[in-house]
Amino acid sequence: MKVAKLTNRARGAHKVPMGGAGRAGAVAMVVLGCGLAGGCISVSAPDKPIVIELNINVKQEVVYRLAPGAQNTIEENSSIF
Amino acid sequence: MKTGLTRATLALSAAALALTGLAAPALAQRDPAYEAARQTGKVGEKPDGYLGVVAGADAALQKIVNDINIKRRALYAQKAQAANATLEEYALTAGCLAISRTAPGEKYMTPDGKWMTRGAGAPIRDPRCP
Repeated sequence: MKVAKLTNRARGAHKVPMGGAGRAGAVAMVVLGCGLAGGCISVSAPDKPIVIELNINVKQEVVYRLAPGAQNTIEENSSIF
Repeated sequence: MKTGLTRATLALSAAALALTGLAAPALAQRDPAYEAARQTGKVGEKPDGYLGVVAGADAALQKIVNDINIKRRALYAQKAQAANATLEEYALTAGCLAISRTAPGEKYMTPDGKWMTRGAGAPIRDPRCP
């Protein structure tokens, strides 16, 4: 008697996890790739202290914008300058 | 007819007022005590736009400096508001210019807080100064 079978039986949907040797190889490749391609960024603390300038909120462009008017103000009020 | 004449008179008086209004402060001189304190290096210009006592502050001199600084602050506040800027921005800008116009021999403060005597060359100012 002939058993009815599907042609090209599909493989199981469940994927078998990578075995011991395979997994070790994959990890090694990731580590190696990182080192070779220079994809790793090393972060180190700065050796000098970070200096925050006083009045940092006053911007140079603002000073340049105000300067012509301020010059007039000083000349018009020369008794207190 | 009458309205035309009144308008002309009004315009004339307005023009006269504007002229005198502009001319009067320009002619104003420094108070002699203030002028003397500047020339002798007792007071100097600071980068923040205000006057500072360099050394040996007696009460009279301190009062002169305080009075001037109060007037400057009021002026900065008014002008800053008109220019859509903050008081600090306007004061720093005025400080840049006030240090620039010090005469040789007068004192000014550098951005790092040292009193210097103005020489013939350019003064040391904040890097943001124009």
